[in-house]
Amino acid sequence: MSGSAVATTPGMSAVGTPTVVTRALRKEFGARVAVDSLDLTIYRGEVFGLLGPNGSGKTTTIRLLCALMAPTSGSAEVVGLDVETQGERVRARIGYMSQRYGLYDDLTVAENLRFYSTVYGLHGEARTRRLAEHSCALGLDERRNQLAGTLSGGWKQRLALACATAHEPEMLFLDEPTAGVDPAARRDFWTSIYALASRGTTILVTTHYMDEAERCQRLAFLSRGHLIALGTPREITAHFGQASIEDVFIELQRQDEAQYGVAVGGSR
Amino acid sequence: MLWKEFIQMRRDRLTFGMMTVLPAVQLVLFGYAIQTDVRHLPTVVLDESRTADSRQLIAVIGNTGNFDIVGAVADREHLRREILGARAAAALVIPPDYARDLRAGRTATAQMIVDAADPQASSAAMAGAQLAAGALSTQIVAERFGVAPPLEMRVRPWFNPAQRSAIFIVPGVIGVLLTITLTLITSTAIVRERERGTLEQLVVTPIGKTSLMLGKLAPFMLVGYVQMSVVMGLGKLIFHIPIEGSLPLLYLLALPFMFASLGVGLLISTIAKSQAQAMQLSFFFMLPNILLSGYIFPRVAMPEPAQWLGLGLPLTYFLKVLRGILLKGVTFGDVWQPTLSLIGLAALFLTISVRRFRKTIE
Repeated sequence: MSGSAVATTPGMSAVGTPTVVTRALRKEFGARVAVDSLDLTIYRGEVFGLLGPNGSGKTTTIRLLCALMAPTSGSAEVVGLDVETQGERVRARIGYMSQRYGLYDDLTVAENLRFYSTVYGLHGEARTRRLAEHSCALGLDERRNQLAGTLSGGWKQRLALACATAHEPEMLFLDEPTAGVDPAARRDFWTSIYALASRGTTILVTTHYMDEAERCQRLAFLSRGHLIALGTPREITAHFGQASIEDVFIELQRQDEAQYGVAVGGSR
Repeated sequence: MLWKEFIQMRRDRLTFGMMTVLPAVQLVLFGYAIQTDVRHLPTVVLDESRTADSRQLIAVIGNTGNFDIVGAVADREHLRREILGARAAAALVIPPDYARDLRAGRTATAQMIVDAADPQASSAAMAGAQLAAGALSTQIVAERFGVAPPLEMRVRPWFNPAQRSAIFIVPGVIGVLLTITLTLITSTAIVRERERGTLEQLVVTPIGKTSLMLGKLAPFMLVGYVQMSVVMGLGKLIFHIPIEGSLPLLYLLALPFMFASLGVGLLISTIAKSQAQAMQLSFFFMLPNILLSGYIFPRVAMPEPAQWLGLGLPLTYFLKVLRGILLKGVTFGDVWQPTLSLIGLAALFLTISVRRFRKTIE
């Protein structure tokens, strides 16, 4: 199945207006092709999982969709805007949270929130009101004067999510958001994610936890820059005749290794 | 962005200390300690003449201020031991026939031995001894023959009549401090953002790359201006450095220098992978700045390759501007050349570093 996507029919959730549309998206770094002929459509309010081993092109895909780098060829539209020509406007309407959280350890919880909301263009009265609601909803109020550097992993994650969503983005990118967080915090985190999605925020998440992958409404498997499977978790397990997403992941990785004859999991 | 930088600066004790205490320490340290004009060399005397004439010579040498007569020695061996033991750095030897020769109208000789292991420390002293002896000699001739000296050279040291090192050094401290703030502190601050992943986070916000850089760099320029004012104020208060020229002109001409230094800082931040590396690279850059820019050692005395190297340093030109405006009260017409060089270096460093920086955040 060299390169051709094993596309399955879109699941039940995949109806409505598209938030992300990519057409033949391709990105090269020198001689290496990081993302190749990627066609993806993600719909409004969807929780969409992007899976694949390290180096499969997940991070590059997110960086392309966040308008951080220009595609070599092909195109991508996010929230109805072309990422290549309208990058700055795209970035104003999306949120991004990385594995490293991007918090300032030497600022307090409230200062981090204030800073990021200002960078996203919130000011004055509106900002004060929004931040008050927001930090209350996420339970950050009690720790508002604590330095971010002294928070535990779960709290940092909560704050990072608050910083990424204070401007009420239409699209939220989560790059391995739950690495190194305890199960209880992960469960709370997913509750927040579903609350955001139910209010119409589209979510794209990458993860290495297969139980989290099964929580996504639809999944895409990437391998060496190619889309090799797309569908609901149930469709994908059925298609590959495996019991769980984890088994599918291991099976795909095995095939991948057999095809290329090298171990997967090198540098990104 | 500005607001955040200032909160962070205040919270980071080490950086805050570097920015507030360092200027004061540098000023006092360099202002007081760096005395390139060596005075008060401890001196012993071997007076084998023991006459009014020999005592007159000793008094003249002592009055130069270059030599402090700390004692008398009995013989050459004793003299040698005093200098070897570093209890004396100079010795005046007056032979037994000094007064006799002088009275007889022959040329009387005396000897000045100076520990010249450190040429910088000894050269001023040796010149001082020559001058004092010359003056005494002229005076004796004038007394004996009742004629006026045929030639008198009147040396007028402009801009620093008392020949104090501090007047020369303090303007330099301003330049060195700005270099530290704008390269070392700036580069580590940027590298820290990258290490912590906050740079990545900022790049995905709608804030443009240009305003991101401006927001990151502008606070340090502000700090630079504050440091400059503080050092100038303290310099005036403690060392009475003159401020002859126009301060607005100085603040204006500091701008291209700051941009050039920021360019270097930004460049370092794109090369260094960790804060420690940024720190090392910055110190590596500081060394030639202190040695080759003319901050302490005069550039004209350097071998040519060292002088060429110095031409690549923004500080070299800024020192000319600083000293020109502060000490000599020059106007723009006198410093347009170093200013032009500063603008050129600023454009060069900023272009390279901004291009590299854009690449690293993609």
